[in-house]
Amino acid sequence: MSAGTETAAAPRRRMRRLEPAAVAGVMSREVANFRTYWRGTTFSSVLEPIVYLLAFGLGLGATLVDEVEGVPYIQFVGTGMVATAVIFSSALPSMFGTFVKHRFQNTYEAILAAPVDVEELVTAEMLWIATRSAVYGCVPLIVTFFWGLDPAPGMLLVPIFCFATALGFSGFGVAMAATVAKIDQFNYVTALFVTPLFLVAGTFFPISGLPEGVQVIAQFNPLHQLVELVRGGAFGFETVDIARFAGLVLFAFAMWRLAINRMSKRLID
Amino acid sequence: MPAIELSGVVKRFGPITAVDGLDLEVPEGICLGLLGPNGAGKSTTMRLLTGQAIANAGRLRVLGYDLPGESKPARAEMGVVPQLDNLDVDVTVEDNLAVYARLYRVKDVGAAVDRALDLARLRDRRRDAVDQLSGGMRRRLLLARGLVHEPRLVLLDEPTVGLDPQIRTELWTLIGDLKARGTTILMSTHYIEEAERLSDEVAVMHRGRVIARGRPADLIVEHAGRQTAEVYAPPQRLTELRAAAEATGLRVRPAGPAIAIVGSERAGDGEVPEDAVVRAATLEDVFVLLTGEEAE
Repeated sequence: MSAGTETAAAPRRRMRRLEPAAVAGVMSREVANFRTYWRGTTFSSVLEPIVYLLAFGLGLGATLVDEVEGVPYIQFVGTGMVATAVIFSSALPSMFGTFVKHRFQNTYEAILAAPVDVEELVTAEMLWIATRSAVYGCVPLIVTFFWGLDPAPGMLLVPIFCFATALGFSGFGVAMAATVAKIDQFNYVTALFVTPLFLVAGTFFPISGLPEGVQVIAQFNPLHQLVELVRGGAFGFETVDIARFAGLVLFAFAMWRLAINRMSKRLID
Repeated sequence: MPAIELSGVVKRFGPITAVDGLDLEVPEGICLGLLGPNGAGKSTTMRLLTGQAIANAGRLRVLGYDLPGESKPARAEMGVVPQLDNLDVDVTVEDNLAVYARLYRVKDVGAAVDRALDLARLRDRRRDAVDQLSGGMRRRLLLARGLVHEPRLVLLDEPTVGLDPQIRTELWTLIGDLKARGTTILMSTHYIEEAERLSDEVAVMHRGRVIARGRPADLIVEHAGRQTAEVYAPPQRLTELRAAAEATGLRVRPAGPAIAIVGSERAGDGEVPEDAVVRAATLEDVFVLLTGEEAE
């Protein structure tokens, strides 16, 4: 190791905010860990949407509903399930993962002892989860190909839509992890936010069938916007989809700043 | 330029003042032992130095960088070995090191990992997951992780707390090697023997401030004299002996089942019982006298 006499005249280092090297370093830790558990995570992320598709798409589709808005019901559900896959592979892992790394594993204490600040740490965590989620989010769409969904060029944008939405929900998860006092308080978060957002996204039934007030509220649900964008990619975009995507970007930005704020308060005394 | 300069540093947590006007200077190239009982403010001081706690008052300067504003470049040039094992247990030994080499912006990650593996004597276990290592190997890896970027300054926060004697001795050898290379070390500990063996200087910390500082031998002479007489007897007799010794101006401290009459060479005839065990004064005598706490 370096001798003090040699390094006494070492040049002063300058370091900026939000350095890509710091973000990449934190993400490399996530990748190293992911290599040890990717099979289980991928298995559940692939299997769950297939089970939902079979249960709702084939079950309801075969018995009660033929088509919704001119689309075979299984394809309606299959495109909507993208949003379900995104929220379950972003909000939940970020909530639990962040909490465990902070409270039980003391991982963040070690990372923040290196030249990494909270902003870089949170950004890296969000980017990693969003990247994973963008991949897992495409699984239901691919599965629905086997039930007659035709590939369309607009579908190439689906990973981008998923990424933006997952970025927001991973930020939400990090912020919640920095807010709750005990891990079982995530039950409140799931019941109050995750489940209602998931159910009023337009995945299983069109929002237009809901009372007018709920329809208005649903417009503020990022998952609903994602569902609409995915269906746009599959069946044809509308001009309003630009606004929908802008809304998702805004949601991601707001959650990013909220997550940084909450984690700074939690990690820096 | 000192590696660490703390001046009038105060850190409060609500009604509790963990660090209370701390003044501390650590010159480059020495190992300073920060010795104090639990709750003395050692770990809070370490957190202040890594920017994970922000002082309410005072001035902090590390390697020429002012904290907390320039904490990030300061952290780039220091290594931290935490009290708690926070390695990634499912990940391989070399990946644990590589991640931190990247976080510290090391240019040649592979060479840094090899160097750290040699330091921790874990080259043949590089592809094993951490949870397959023994407790001693994990501690060595934790130390190597903090040194992967060849820092100018190393903060060791209770580096051997809770370890068995054999692993502790292993760690002491590694820290001794680090010292020999001239790296500046600030080591918090509440183990007297650790401070005495490894530190060029010791700062005794109590209730958030440094109450004594110097080379271990100098501290002993200054605060405990040359000799200590330990008396083992039933509790009633110990109470009487303590009162008698203190009445003559001698300082007495508890020592488990005994009492220790510190500076017994100054005692007059008959002031120290004949059955007392006389030994050289130690840093433990200093620690207990100054802090009022039993040593570990």
